Amino acid sequence: MLNYIWFWMIMISLLVAAGTDIYHEVSGEPATGGHQTEESLNKRTKLGQLADAAISSATTAVNISIGLIGVMALWLGIMKIAEEAGFITILARLVKPVTKRLFPEIPPDHPAIGAMLMNIAANMLGLSNAATPLGLKAMEELQELNPEKDKASNSMIMFLVINTSAITLIPASAIAIRASLGSANPQQIIVPSIISASMATLVGLSTVKLIQKFEKRKANKKGDA
Amino acid sequence: MELFRLIIDWLSILAIPMIIFLFIGYGAYKKLPVYEKFVEGAKEGFEVGVKIIPYLVAMLMAIAMFRASGALDMLTYLVSPLTNLIGMKPELLPMALMRPLSGSGSLGVMTDLMKTHGVDSLIGFTASTMFGSTETTFYVLAVYFGAVGVRNTRYAAPAGLLADAAGLITAVLICQLWY
Repeated sequence: MLNYIWFWMIMISLLVAAGTDIYHEVSGEPATGGHQTEESLNKRTKLGQLADAAISSATTAVNISIGLIGVMALWLGIMKIAEEAGFITILARLVKPVTKRLFPEIPPDHPAIGAMLMNIAANMLGLSNAATPLGLKAMEELQELNPEKDKASNSMIMFLVINTSAITLIPASAIAIRASLGSANPQQIIVPSIISASMATLVGLSTVKLIQKFEKRKANKKGDA
Repeated sequence: MELFRLIIDWLSILAIPMIIFLFIGYGAYKKLPVYEKFVEGAKEGFEVGVKIIPYLVAMLMAIAMFRASGALDMLTYLVSPLTNLIGMKPELLPMALMRPLSGSGSLGVMTDLMKTHGVDSLIGFTASTMFGSTETTFYVLAVYFGAVGVRNTRYAAPAGLLADAAGLITAVLICQLWY
């Protein structure tokens, strides 16, 4: 699926940029100044802007990844201690009733549950620096249980959908910007945000569950025939 | 409401010191060589950071191209008849479309909307609620699946986007009622 989305995002971008440039050339937009330097052509055309954006995004991606290494190391170190001490298993046991339903494929005492729980808790508290390393730890644990290593398992998808619709108790960055712009009540968005995020989580959960049920039925039918 | 906020504020300040104390303390109580174990775990940090680079480059490149080409503006124009049905202000549409794609991008759109229309206007209020209502789905997909080398993501992207849509629409509706 991501193959299609990725391909079409790029193709549509190229087409739209080229189309816009051709339209401007044909409609005879007055060229600014008699002699265009190469640089200004780059800035003036959509295709030039698109190329610039593509190149600089690659640098951004590397900066994000490298910037993640330090916090990653810190949290993975802490998690290693918690795991070997058996703390993660204790956590996992506490939420067994819920996780049994959401992640039927994972043994209830598995460290994956503990890591997912920590990730969701970090997200809720708005600790995004801690949430990503903990989430990646959870993905590694889930990958160990995954029978087909290059294909997403049901549990992984369920976890990601819960994660992307993450309920945050305090959307800190939005509140900070509201305050800096002089809002009379910057934290007014807390309750509406929580309600909206809960709705997103609910719809995400049900979608994943429905698709899983549908796929299971399809698999069963194949088995009968 | 104030009390709730105070509790949450303190929780988020105390969370990290408490977790560090609890985990390392419990490890020492269980007689683990805590320093060695920490280093052992931390070693993986570098690996994971490097592993996600190609996935993140692929994703951010496509998103950057989509924005720079004007395709996002075109999509906004195409979707606007649909969003008018729920009474969503057309100014909010770029915010809704940007949110799942880019965290910094949607932060920029939100700030811009609040500056032009007023922080406490319906548009400003809704934009900031939309920001808090969901995560940057494409970033999470790229990083999380990239870290474990999963290439076939199956239905993760559509399910995540459907959840985003539900969250964003709820944000619009609730803010209209609330305002």
